[in-house]
Amino acid sequence: MTIPSLTPTLLYLNNVTVSFDGFRALNALSLAIDQAEMRAIIGPNGAGKTTMMDVITGKTRPTDGEALFEGHHDLTRLDEASIATLGIGRKFQTPTVFEMHTVEDNILLALKADRRPFRALFSRRTAQEKERMDALLERIRLKDHRRRKASELSHGQKQWLEIGMLLAQEPKLLLVDEPAAGMTDQETADTADLLREIAQTRSVVVVEHDMVFVRDLDVKVTCLHEGSVLAEGTLDQVSSDERVIEVYLGR
Amino acid sequence: MTRSLFIDRTGWIFLAIVLAVAVLVPASNLFLPAGSPFRVPDYLVPLLGKYLCFALLALSIDLIWGYCGILSLGHGAFFALGGYAMGMYLMRQIGTRGVYADPILPDFMVFLNYKELPWFWHGFDMFWFAAIMVVVVPGLLAFVFGWFAFRSRVTGVYLSIITQAMTFALMLAFFRNDMGFGGNNGLTDFKDILGYNIQSGETRAVLFLLSGLALAGGYILCRFIVSSKLGKVLVAIRDAESRTRFIGYRVENYKLAVFVISAMIAGVAGALYVPQIGIINPSEFAPAASIEMVIWVAVGGRGTLVGAALGALVVNAGKTWFTGVLPDAWLFALGLLFVLVTLFLPKGILGVITDGWQRTQRRFRSDGSVPAPVPNAAE
Amino acid sequence: MILALLRRVAPIVLIAFVAIAGPVRAEPVDDALALFATDKFDDTQKGVEELAKSGHPGTADILTALAGGKLFFNPADRMIFYRDASGTLRDARYGAPSTVDAATLKTVRLNNRLRRVVEASLGSADLISPDPGKRIGAAEAIFKSRDQAALPSLDTALANEKDTRVKQAMEVARAAIIVTFPGASDADKIAAVDKIASRADQEAAALLRSLPADTPEAVKTHAEGAVTTIEHKLALWAALQNVAYGISLGSVLLLAAVGLAITFGQMGVINMAHGEMVMIGAYTTFVVQQVIAAYAPGLSEGSLLIAIPLAFLVAGAIGVAIERCVIRFLYGRPLETLLATWGISLILQQTIRSIFGPTNQPVSAPSWMSGAFDVGGISLTYSRVAIVVFSLMVFFALLLVLRRTSLGLQVRAVTQNRRMAAAMGIRTDWIDAMTFGLGSGVAGIAGVALSQIDNVSPNLGQGYIIDSFMVVVFGGVGNLWGTLVGAMTLGIANKFLEPYAGAVLGKILLLVAIILFIQKRPRGLFALKGRAVEA
Repeated sequence: MTIPSLTPTLLYLNNVTVSFDGFRALNALSLAIDQAEMRAIIGPNGAGKTTMMDVITGKTRPTDGEALFEGHHDLTRLDEASIATLGIGRKFQTPTVFEMHTVEDNILLALKADRRPFRALFSRRTAQEKERMDALLERIRLKDHRRRKASELSHGQKQWLEIGMLLAQEPKLLLVDEPAAGMTDQETADTADLLREIAQTRSVVVVEHDMVFVRDLDVKVTCLHEGSVLAEGTLDQVSSDERVIEVYLGR
Repeated sequence: MTRSLFIDRTGWIFLAIVLAVAVLVPASNLFLPAGSPFRVPDYLVPLLGKYLCFALLALSIDLIWGYCGILSLGHGAFFALGGYAMGMYLMRQIGTRGVYADPILPDFMVFLNYKELPWFWHGFDMFWFAAIMVVVVPGLLAFVFGWFAFRSRVTGVYLSIITQAMTFALMLAFFRNDMGFGGNNGLTDFKDILGYNIQSGETRAVLFLLSGLALAGGYILCRFIVSSKLGKVLVAIRDAESRTRFIGYRVENYKLAVFVISAMIAGVAGALYVPQIGIINPSEFAPAASIEMVIWVAVGGRGTLVGAALGALVVNAGKTWFTGVLPDAWLFALGLLFVLVTLFLPKGILGVITDGWQRTQRRFRSDGSVPAPVPNAAE
Repeated sequence: MILALLRRVAPIVLIAFVAIAGPVRAEPVDDALALFATDKFDDTQKGVEELAKSGHPGTADILTALAGGKLFFNPADRMIFYRDASGTLRDARYGAPSTVDAATLKTVRLNNRLRRVVEASLGSADLISPDPGKRIGAAEAIFKSRDQAALPSLDTALANEKDTRVKQAMEVARAAIIVTFPGASDADKIAAVDKIASRADQEAAALLRSLPADTPEAVKTHAEGAVTTIEHKLALWAALQNVAYGISLGSVLLLAAVGLAITFGQMGVINMAHGEMVMIGAYTTFVVQQVIAAYAPGLSEGSLLIAIPLAFLVAGAIGVAIERCVIRFLYGRPLETLLATWGISLILQQTIRSIFGPTNQPVSAPSWMSGAFDVGGISLTYSRVAIVVFSLMVFFALLLVLRRTSLGLQVRAVTQNRRMAAAMGIRTDWIDAMTFGLGSGVAGIAGVALSQIDNVSPNLGQGYIIDSFMVVVFGGVGNLWGTLVGAMTLGIANKFLEPYAGAVLGKILLLVAIILFIQKRPRGLFALKGRAVEA
């Protein structure tokens, strides 16, 4: 398998800068995520949270700086598919599932397997795969809906289906963008539980505006502002930081 | 669902009809006496054969448009290339029976003062070589074109427009005499195929049968693809391309694979079309022809395969009827068809039929006093 | 009345005058003409040579008649007559129509040797024609033939020449003779080489390249240097010519594409019926000209000016109708829009075909647009220049509308953020209709211009649609300047490719190049960047 890296650092961003026509969406951003660490990212709109995820997943190429995964994979040179295969999964802000497919097929497509076209053409579902799918559907509470089209699900169910798809990929790092958006309080609490559980074996980066949710997660927090790190630490440390209060939390 | 059941009920009905037509039409033409009301007249056999080829072509377009969201406005190019490959074989079979009786050079080359056969005409005297070229040439063009286009993520209308530019450029090229494909007039005056007279009723019957078999085979192949995991990935790409990338699928490879397969099917359709019609010329490359093919699929219902074939049949039968009865009105009808189908029939004819069928079924189910035979037929 | 009378009487008076004055004022021409009346080949030859030297303005006509067996003499009074191209019998001395009885005349006979002499002299005869164009033509002929026998008559003509252009041509012709003339000095020959080089064209280069072997070394080297200079100049002019033609083609592309830059570039609506809007503009021009011809012939010079606003209104109205009836139901579904508008294009074509028939309709050009002029080594027609100017005017007017008017502001607002614009009280559906109408109207205006250089037929628009899309996509969607640069680049590239690859292959190469370019930069030359584009 992959060579064990020298540091426990899974994701390492150093001095990453992204500029669009002079506007700096990311400004010398540096960030390190350890193995099996969960990190919450907060920050006002336009702070660069989504752009950071775009850089990590290969959607946007940084103008400058380095982005390493497991110490030796250069993320700035790989495309989305390679990065996903390396073990980085992403959940979007608005739930993006394959609406015309059934819940089951959504999970099947995400399931870790050979991604080459002709393998897909002749692939048959193995007993193992079936077992894994059952377990996942159970976990995201969609077992009874497995034959329904994804488009028929509620907003919260779609969020969970997307998290299920993320898990099916068996990634080493999960990037989760506003998982609690549009959820009821109960769903929000359940989601926090689910993420904490995932974080026992995998690294998770959660972008979130909902401070209650962030407190529920109870992890290290990084606050971004104008494309770089403003403050980092526990939620209490960060939320007592003068500058964070000024630009984000408000007095 | 296991892979052995990849053809659904509509599919079985479709296959049964296609195979029945493929056998019955030529059989009735050959074996029924001339006066019989059930005999398919001679002129109708190649005409229906043409429809079968168009249906196969429509399948190939539906495979990429209906299932992968790639709207090719240049599929006529692949169809025509397949046709030209077959046409070149048929030209070489003419031999000394041409007007200039040159044993090697086709008439148009003698006329244009060619001294020897251009290199790309070599090998086309052998049927097996031409048959391979029928799929290889369109496939190769699709591969090169798709490799560039999909890798640089040209999508949507941009892709449509450059496919149109591609077929337009090919049309201009094939119109040139010095391209070595007969220029304006194209390839025609064919005499025989594999030693059989191309005009004879028996040959036409066999060609018709082959077209039917090709349509059935093409349908089974497409069905196999779309019901596989690859097919599910294609639909995923169609609906949420970047999401598909983020779960690790290299979208460009999938698009390329299905684009090449589609081009090859189109090539086969072209190759079967040419001997039945007796001519292939650069007008097959015209952008207008390619965009008309797309409307067949839209009319029948895209993303259904059966609908695409149905649409090809309906539109072309309409065209034949209109150009016979009201020639001026055909373009009005075709234009209106484009507008009305996109506005009011997004699922096409087949969509209307299936929806209507399901509604009837539901009404009968909710109703206590169901007449017994109907639900049985539906189940 | 009086004038007509005078016209009839004048020749008679003239002939009477000649009859009296003729013998008194014996000029060289009279001696020459007298030689034709002896009915001897030798005398006739001498007559031809004398006549050529005489500088008589009718020389060319007389010699032409002689070559055609239409020169006669009257054995009784030795007067010479000829029959001109229209068959009128004329007096050779003064060129006036003659009433003499043709039956009394004898033909001046020719043999083969004489025929050659006449032909050679004919070349130089035009040197003294009253028409400057003919004189230049004659000088050109001598330049090409380098006939040393023409030198005396050329010298005579040069001495009397007033027109500087003709003089220049004659001097060059003279130099062409001198450079191979055995008796001329090296210095004269070198001067002659310079004179020839001043023509700076293919023929001059060809002449200097093919100097005979016995030419002195100094002259040869000088000629070689001159050839190189000419070739450089020629290459430069050829390049400039290509640029000029390219800009001309580019402005046509710009006209066809600029409307599309609005509908496709600003609104993202892919309108396959765009070419038909151009076609409708062209047909509007045709109808306007027909109506003017029938009811107000005096306005015919201004027909295009009247057609421009009408074409804008007609095409714009059709555009608004298309947007309201079809396109607005298809926003956000570009592929369906493409198909539906293609259907509309078929309907529009067939409608026009049903009304006007499938053949080309004649559209006339106002007189101020016909003709051509030269700039250095480039020849330009007024109509092409008019289209370049017009296309730029349309372009900048459009730019102004989008940048400076409140409509333009609203259009840009809706383009950038539809929901926000709607929230601010902009009637987005009205703006959509107006924008589409504007784009279509501009296409109609383009049709007025294109009716001047293309066939006005129902298929007119078809020829432009792919090119227009290429221009917009190449230039960068949503950027009018990109459209301008795209159109000019493609126009010029096309004209530079044509000489090497031929018109068709050049176009194919260009299409392939654009296809490759789109692969490299899918969003065109002037792409908008940033996150908004991705959405």
